[in-house]
Amino acid sequence: MATDISQPRTRAPRPSIGVVEWLRQNLFSNWWNSLISIVLLIIISQVLWGLFRWIIGSEGWIAVASNVRLILLGRYPSAEVWRPQLIVAMASLLLGLSGGIWRGIPLSLAAGFSGIMLLLGFVSFAMPASETPLPISTTLFLFGTAALGAAGIAAAWRLRDMLRWPVVAGWLLLYPVAILILHGSGGDTTIGTNLWGGLLLTLLLSVSGIVLSFPLGILLALGRRSKLPVIKWFCVGYIELIRGVPLVTLLFMASLMLPLFLPAEVRIDAVVRAIVAVTLFSAAYLAENVRGGLQSLPRGQTEAAQALGLNPVQITLLITLPQALRAVLPVLVGQFIALFKDTSLVVIIGLTDLLGAAQAIYTQPQWLGIPGGVWRETFFVVAGIYWVFTFTMSRTARKIESNLNVGR
Amino acid sequence: MSNQTTDDIIVCEGVNKWFGEFQALKDVSIRVKKGEVVVICGPSGSGKSTFIRTINRLEEHQEGRIFVDGIEMTNDIRNIDMIRREVGMVFQQFNLFPHLTVLQNVTLAPLWVRKKTRKESEAKAMELLNRVGIVEQALKYPGQLSGGQQQRVAIARALAMEPRIMLFDEPTSALDPEMVKEVLDVMKTLARGGITMLCVTHEMGFAREVADRVVFMDHGMIVEENTPDTFFTNPRHERTKLFLSQIL
Repeated sequence: MATDISQPRTRAPRPSIGVVEWLRQNLFSNWWNSLISIVLLIIISQVLWGLFRWIIGSEGWIAVASNVRLILLGRYPSAEVWRPQLIVAMASLLLGLSGGIWRGIPLSLAAGFSGIMLLLGFVSFAMPASETPLPISTTLFLFGTAALGAAGIAAAWRLRDMLRWPVVAGWLLLYPVAILILHGSGGDTTIGTNLWGGLLLTLLLSVSGIVLSFPLGILLALGRRSKLPVIKWFCVGYIELIRGVPLVTLLFMASLMLPLFLPAEVRIDAVVRAIVAVTLFSAAYLAENVRGGLQSLPRGQTEAAQALGLNPVQITLLITLPQALRAVLPVLVGQFIALFKDTSLVVIIGLTDLLGAAQAIYTQPQWLGIPGGVWRETFFVVAGIYWVFTFTMSRTARKIESNLNVGR
Repeated sequence: MSNQTTDDIIVCEGVNKWFGEFQALKDVSIRVKKGEVVVICGPSGSGKSTFIRTINRLEEHQEGRIFVDGIEMTNDIRNIDMIRREVGMVFQQFNLFPHLTVLQNVTLAPLWVRKKTRKESEAKAMELLNRVGIVEQALKYPGQLSGGQQQRVAIARALAMEPRIMLFDEPTSALDPEMVKEVLDVMKTLARGGITMLCVTHEMGFAREVADRVVFMDHGMIVEENTPDTFFTNPRHERTKLFLSQIL
């Protein structure tokens, strides 16, 4: 059949079929396809109905509701809850300011965070007084945090140029300041890290792990490509050794064996030991990912930079490393997501992180009367919290990726 | 330094280079005067790219001596740095930095190597981009430009260091045919402007028009060098004749 080329089409033909036609083509094209579709529909609807009834009707939610503090903070003393609250408020303000200054991704993060706080504020406000262990101040705190975020956006929207550097400084200071506030000033008001737990501990471990392993991993990657044999073989040895063992063994080494080797007076905090183990572990993987990125660059990039007279440090910092990090961004985010979830292994060395809190809750004696226990509800909520964080990370990463792809 | 007249800006004496067992350069000696435009041609694998890459130490030579603007190319990093400041280079594959805008590509070296102010380097960069005819693309990324435009940016980037010598390593070989002219035009303007140029290229029209000298290399050796007129009309060596018959 001859094609009519005298009238070019303005665009490629787009298949458009109705819902009924789509169903017929894809799910009910012949008798056994139809049979499979019907069976699957029945199973899926059963599962969904069961899930729905469980969510609405289960008595177990009370265990979660009355242990919110344990999930979020572990055994952190209730009289000192203002400390983490203060940090969250500061973070919300900084996030809001960043959103106002840089717009784009920070803005959606700030808006999302304030939105969640606002929503939680309503939830805590609406909870009947008899069931809620939450003091009224929690509601105020949640609304306040949301308001701070919004105020930050509004303020930075106008004073964009003035606030840029103070906000960067604020982010850099947030981590040490947060540790100081959480730990207290010493003496009676010191809150030992053995009391830190729940989401607080999970976030502490993963933020520390990510922030510390990032530069360490980059140094290892560069070291492995070094021309100096001592540096090169040290990095190769380190990477291959760490990658050859599971994280659990590193955690055990850090928590059980390290104290044996050190003199009795030298006691390193259990949380610090866990952070060190997680960081060392993550850095080895990060180094290999970054090295992959460096390897993928064409040699011409370095040659062009050399021909311009840039020195090796400048070539690394200005030319190769930025490109390598861009190339491996998706992999790095994947690794950080894995790290975030892997911190749950610290349960094994006796720390009560988010997962540890879940275990602590369903073994509480007061829920023995509830048929089937409360572990389903507890793990459901804890898994939900993990998911919210990892999903945010991966969405943010994807947005950053598409921003970086502009002009390529 | 051995009997170098003040006019010679590049002096190579008996340069030898091996890649493992393979000898890429055999006893290459050449003198280039200030402001001279030299075209180097020859079959692929003849060592012409390797040769011009020894002049700014992208390749290390193992025997012989190379002087650039009176500085001897040694293993001393300071000498290498000094020479690289005098020598700009344009590559076959452009080698622009894809993560930087056109303007950032051009200002990078003045900012970090010459330690000029941002204002100064940007003014100079815009002037150069104007000269190569792509000033309106200054804020785009290399990936958004055509091959010919990218190569012109690469020329501007090299010129931003205000080099006294420009090396061109097959600058038009990776271009679509319709873009070759725009790059050659920029190179011709440069050549007439008095800068010293060493061009590895197969563009014989360019050689005829602006070269002061044409050098023919084969198997790592300089087989023949002459003025373009004599080179094209009256080549002496059989290999030169064969090469010319194949490409003209």
